[in-house]
Amino acid sequence: MKPGDELPPLTIPITRTLIVAGAVASRDYQDVHHDAELAREKGSPDIFMNILTTNGLVGRYITDHFGPRAALRGVAIRLGAPNYPGDTMTLTGTVTEVAGDTATVRVVGANGLGHHVTGTVTVEVAR
Amino acid sequence: MSGTETPPDELYERLAAYEGRSAATAGVGKDPVNLPMIRHWCEAMGDAHPAYEGPGAVAPPTMLQAWTMGGLSGHAGRSEAYDELSALLDGAGYTSVVATDCEQEYLRPLRPGDAITFDAVIESVSPRKTTKLGTGHFVTTRMDVLADGELAGTHRFRILKYAPAGRPPKPAQRASKPEQRTPETAAAAPRRPRPVVNRDNAGFWEGVAAHRLLIQRCGGCASLRLPWLPGCAECGSPEWDTVEASGAGTVYSYVVMHHPPFPAFDPPYAVGLVELAEGVRIVSNVVGVPYDKVRIGMPVRLEFLRVDDELELPVFRAGGEG
Repeated sequence: MKPGDELPPLTIPITRTLIVAGAVASRDYQDVHHDAELAREKGSPDIFMNILTTNGLVGRYITDHFGPRAALRGVAIRLGAPNYPGDTMTLTGTVTEVAGDTATVRVVGANGLGHHVTGTVTVEVAR
Repeated sequence: MSGTETPPDELYERLAAYEGRSAATAGVGKDPVNLPMIRHWCEAMGDAHPAYEGPGAVAPPTMLQAWTMGGLSGHAGRSEAYDELSALLDGAGYTSVVATDCEQEYLRPLRPGDAITFDAVIESVSPRKTTKLGTGHFVTTRMDVLADGELAGTHRFRILKYAPAGRPPKPAQRASKPEQRTPETAAAAPRRPRPVVNRDNAGFWEGVAAHRLLIQRCGGCASLRLPWLPGCAECGSPEWDTVEASGAGTVYSYVVMHHPPFPAFDPPYAVGLVELAEGVRIVSNVVGVPYDKVRIGMPVRLEFLRVDDELELPVFRAGGEG
């Protein structure tokens, strides 16, 4: 791995099931992540993915690519356009720095509305 | 998340006083790190990393926050300061929450059996920002997550507490159009302040609930008084009964509120000092006329405004027969 390396994209269909399963697996019972009617009352067109799920998907994207010896050391993400059901999110990544066994990867997750997530992941890949 | 900054306001100064205060002290994760929760997480994320399964499994590092979540039964170990800060924001109409940033460092893997504890501090509260979602304040907390007492990860988390755009933070009735407000919108909207009901004024509010505006009458000297008081300002007598206002009145004086805006009020609006036909005066809204058409001496007539499920208020409609 070296700076400038681009990771193959990962496209994730944003299903209602994924949003709800991610919210429940992360123990996040905010109604906007499972109840469309209450989400609309709060000004959102539909339920949307919670940040913990996005965090989990970004982490998975990186370890999927770097393989079984990869261990996450840090994930820093910022959310933008929400992930609503029926959309797809495509994660892309670029290695920005390599120090020893540790790589820093810039990650962007784009959906139909724009950038859902931008962030930086630090991953150690044991030799 | 893009935002434009507006100058600090009084609310912001109160919010900023919470910076540096504890958000959670010795919070305890509801479950120790365990394989079933790890497996459920991996199923949801579609994560097949071999390190997260089998006898030597570790938890996916990105699960860090999940171990600290309150779940359906609420948050463990959240501080009074954090609750107060949330209540201040709720009270100002910033009732919606969206998470915007999450920054985590993983210092050592979490393994099944690890007992989770956490401490968190309110790192910063932003000035009021207007974003695509609406106007509100960003609140940043920083949490240390410990496994069996050993620091395992750090977690910086930023949320936006906001009033949704398109649902203005102060959607109370316009003075001229009180009927715009419905109970459906009231549920999500900031609520008008509640009256403080006590032994001295409970009868007044019972009257309002029955659509009767009750004036206190002194049992000693028969003076009428409004608002309600435990004793007579004329003769000092604690004895009293009530008379029901006829509902007729005139605008004795008024002001138009332009600034500052309060949650649940939508300036500009007219606040009238209405002199009732019985001779006592009451502060209330003058409705049914634009705020800039209210005039001293204008005849008004009592009516009752249903504000939300819990609150009804006496207001005065312009153009009453005096």
